[in-house]
Amino acid sequence: MAAGVETTTMGLDHRKLGMWTFLGSEFLFFGAFVSAYLLYLDTTAGGPGVEIFDIPFTSISSFVLLMSSLTMVLAHHAHAQGDLRRMRLWILATAGQGAVFLGGQVFEFNVFVREGLTISESPFASSFYVLTGFHGMHVFVGILLLMSVYVLSLIGKIKPTQHVKTEMIGLYWHFVDIVWVVIFTVVYLIPEIAVLE
Amino acid sequence: MSSTDAPEQASSTDEHDDHHPTPRQYVNIAVVLAVLTALEVSTYFLDFGVIAIPLLVILMVVKFLYVAGWFMHLKFDSRVFGRMMYTGLFLALGLYALAIIVILFDSATIA
Repeated sequence: MAAGVETTTMGLDHRKLGMWTFLGSEFLFFGAFVSAYLLYLDTTAGGPGVEIFDIPFTSISSFVLLMSSLTMVLAHHAHAQGDLRRMRLWILATAGQGAVFLGGQVFEFNVFVREGLTISESPFASSFYVLTGFHGMHVFVGILLLMSVYVLSLIGKIKPTQHVKTEMIGLYWHFVDIVWVVIFTVVYLIPEIAVLE
Repeated sequence: MSSTDAPEQASSTDEHDDHHPTPRQYVNIAVVLAVLTALEVSTYFLDFGVIAIPLLVILMVVKFLYVAGWFMHLKFDSRVFGRMMYTGLFLALGLYALAIIVILFDSATIA
């Protein structure tokens, strides 16, 4: 039997409250790295700068990650309806899109390194790799969580009535998505446009 | 405080499930997000002049609010959850503001 779940004195599920508190703290985590990136934007030490970004390629991977939020919310919706088979299908679709995004990031990093943008090249390079690398790690953890939900529901450890478990993973996944919405604009698009101007 | 063997039903249904969007609404939101992303990317290919960067910031905020409000259910859930998230967000924005102040101060000193 699953352990009984306490609600808070406000009548809220304490697991969800905990997840939201964690996500709130994650903004501070990423905020620090985005701030560092903005501070070091011009410190390329003669190496490659923002002109190295391949905006069309990153746009496609950003779009894939954005659409993974749709499949994630559909997975939660299916679970809330008690349809575990459909929930697993959407979970797999979400994890697959996450894997495509991660593959794109690995490819992008490889291209950048070949073109001379190594992590120790400059403060700009370090802050870029740390920020986007940590985001990639969050996506990777999200994929692990999604696959855990998939396997646990297959072996009957997650039941049709326990849709808050899918919702919790969904909250984390959507958070990773909205952080990328910010990164795509602040790290890629705005500096690139500023350089073009 | 209460405890239950069917926690998900007890907790989340009471909070918001009656008002959850339909899959069609989720798809509509995704279409809106896709269009907004296309508009964002178009700023790279087309010359929007001085409005490019403000436009990008506005699009970013709108996309953020759509995902948080609809996909993360902040529009339908308890406001306490939203407060938890936005507290962290505004603290982080404080960091952004500090970073920008440092950049401006640094530039002014060098100049």
